Amino acid sequence: MRRTVTLGGHTYEFPTLVELMAKATPPRSGDVLAGCAAGSAAERVAAQTVLADLPLATFLDEQVVGYDEDDVTRLILDTHDAAAFAPVASLTVGEFRDRLLAWTAAGDEAALSALAPGLTPEMVAATSKLMRNADLVAVGRRTRVVTALRSTIGLPGRLASRLQPNHPTDDPVGVTASILDGLLHGSGDAVIGINPATDSPARTVALLELVDAVITRYEIPTQSCVLAHVTTTLRALEQGAPVDLVFQSVAGTQGANRGFGVTLGLLAEARAGALELGRGTVGDNVTYFETGQGSALSAGAHLGIGGRPVDQQTLEARAYAVARHFDPLLVNTVVGFIGPEYLYDGKQVLRAGLEDHFCGKLLGLPMGVDVCYTNHAEVDEDDTDSLMLLLGAAGCSFLIAVPGADDVMLHYQSLAFSDVLTARSVLGLRPAPEFEAWLARMDLLDDGGRVRELAPDAPAARALLAAASS
Amino acid sequence: MSAPERVGDDPWAVLRSATRARVALGRAGDALPTSRELEFRAAHAAARDAVHSPLDVGALRAALGGEVLAVASAAPDRATYLQRPDLGRVPAEGTALPHTGADLALVLADGLSPRAVQEHGPGLVAALRERLGGWSVAPPVVATQARVALGDAVGEALGVRAVLVLVGERPGLSSADSLGVYLTWDPRPGRADSERNCVSNVRPPHGLSYAQAADTVAALLSAARELGASGVALKDEGPALPAG
Repeated sequence: MRRTVTLGGHTYEFPTLVELMAKATPPRSGDVLAGCAAGSAAERVAAQTVLADLPLATFLDEQVVGYDEDDVTRLILDTHDAAAFAPVASLTVGEFRDRLLAWTAAGDEAALSALAPGLTPEMVAATSKLMRNADLVAVGRRTRVVTALRSTIGLPGRLASRLQPNHPTDDPVGVTASILDGLLHGSGDAVIGINPATDSPARTVALLELVDAVITRYEIPTQSCVLAHVTTTLRALEQGAPVDLVFQSVAGTQGANRGFGVTLGLLAEARAGALELGRGTVGDNVTYFETGQGSALSAGAHLGIGGRPVDQQTLEARAYAVARHFDPLLVNTVVGFIGPEYLYDGKQVLRAGLEDHFCGKLLGLPMGVDVCYTNHAEVDEDDTDSLMLLLGAAGCSFLIAVPGADDVMLHYQSLAFSDVLTARSVLGLRPAPEFEAWLARMDLLDDGGRVRELAPDAPAARALLAAASS
Repeated sequence: MSAPERVGDDPWAVLRSATRARVALGRAGDALPTSRELEFRAAHAAARDAVHSPLDVGALRAALGGEVLAVASAAPDRATYLQRPDLGRVPAEGTALPHTGADLALVLADGLSPRAVQEHGPGLVAALRERLGGWSVAPPVVATQARVALGDAVGEALGVRAVLVLVGERPGLSSADSLGVYLTWDPRPGRADSERNCVSNVRPPHGLSYAQAADTVAALLSAARELGASGVALKDEGPALPAG
């Protein structure tokens, strides 16, 4: 089939699926860097026009990254569920967008949420390219993904947060200070998750024990995670450390995952180890993954069929196929972290955050977002405010928060603990139910369910702080 | 010095002293108080200015003294530099550098914080020279709109056995002037990042001092010469390094 369209007297042709997907992608610097972006605004719309008429089932027969040379492609196709796909199997990409929006308007969460096993990342990525920001928000909001370990993530009307208490030297008192500050802001219901300064097993075990002691002492219904490499977590498991969640960064090609030093087999082994510990109380989702547009390109592992560069948003969606294979409790894209060569400014970061949330949710992931930026990107707090509020409206599972929006270890800006309070109060969202009950027990909620602002010497604050100072 | 804090009165005192994280900022409703918001904004502004204020090449040359070479990358301006790291890794068309046959090249690259190399470059070069008695050193090269890998092409052109790239690191909110040093043995275009060794956060008085950084770099250089390689192999098999 020739994929051509005539717009404004000019005929555009897209010889391969890889090129069609890339040129249909809303503008971003990473695709320019990769050399696959549309050459003009008109060419982009032409590609979207052709893509809209493409049967959704095309993606089962025609790949963007080859089946024989890439284990992510094999995972996607070998686990595809034809029965779940059946309700939409006859649709084109454009008709599928329309159907999603119709189900969304009708509030048919069941139809939207049942699709996941029948959808491939490429189908979802293609659809997102036809959607406006409001479409991404609306459909994301109605797609339900609920997971649990010691708290429940993804229930309607809830917005959880990862408390990220990083410290440049993993100093135990310094980490504890940030944990307590977060807890006093009602943060940490998704996870208390530390990026360790060094990837050593001893350090990882020490941090795991530190957070476990805090969670145990105050009986907090949440989980801990030290975001070390999966091989380091395996070592920690061997040593009997209290591992709640196995973490790993993953990407959308076998080559990029190799760059991360990870294979599907390693992930399965670590997940089995964590499951065996049986540390859940309300569920048994024991993995946590992070992703981000541009990771495959930055690893030089972004080429698809014919050696052509695949656009970064399609590759990002493919990473979600890796994540969903391991029944995660949490997945988040780190949307502005990688730098302006992939997402240049606030508009690109905003768009990417909404795309990633939409694609993740539709593929069945408990999708959160690290709304963040680096100082060399054209992004500031106004941009992160906008994305945060749109993600809250989109039913995002969780947001990442750090003290005062400033991560002093990774040297980038994420959301502040107080920002999550703003998102919750503006949008009428609440913490995870188990965690909310704990906040009430600790006298940290006012009568309206808001996280109370405490004086440092208030009894509830003293109760938490005393431990750290002793 | 201010009077010692009375820990008993403020339960946050011990905790706050253990981290530079912005803990216990207080709240204005569900937001930050004005004073805290302005502090954050000032830090972000300093970082933004560090990224975008161009290197004063003349002043840096003068501070270095002696013969100094200059090279520009293929990125014509800052916006392009930020979006096209590939262009920052290659010299501009028509770049000509003399073949020196020296052992070592020093490249002072603006990177993502021109301010870092402006403030700390000359001091670190002086400290390095004191520790490199056994090495012949090519005239230092000032590089603009430059990424670390630009040093590969520069080192190859100069005909050196190793190159040190002193580069302004991506500014953080609390560190707009942090300098990194990257060692590459046998530099030539195509070297992977895994073939380099890095000493990061040179930024007295808050980060590494010039002497500390130069000690570590000198030890790395000796180890690289012995091994005939830099990068992961050096880190794994090389001699123990002094604490940095």
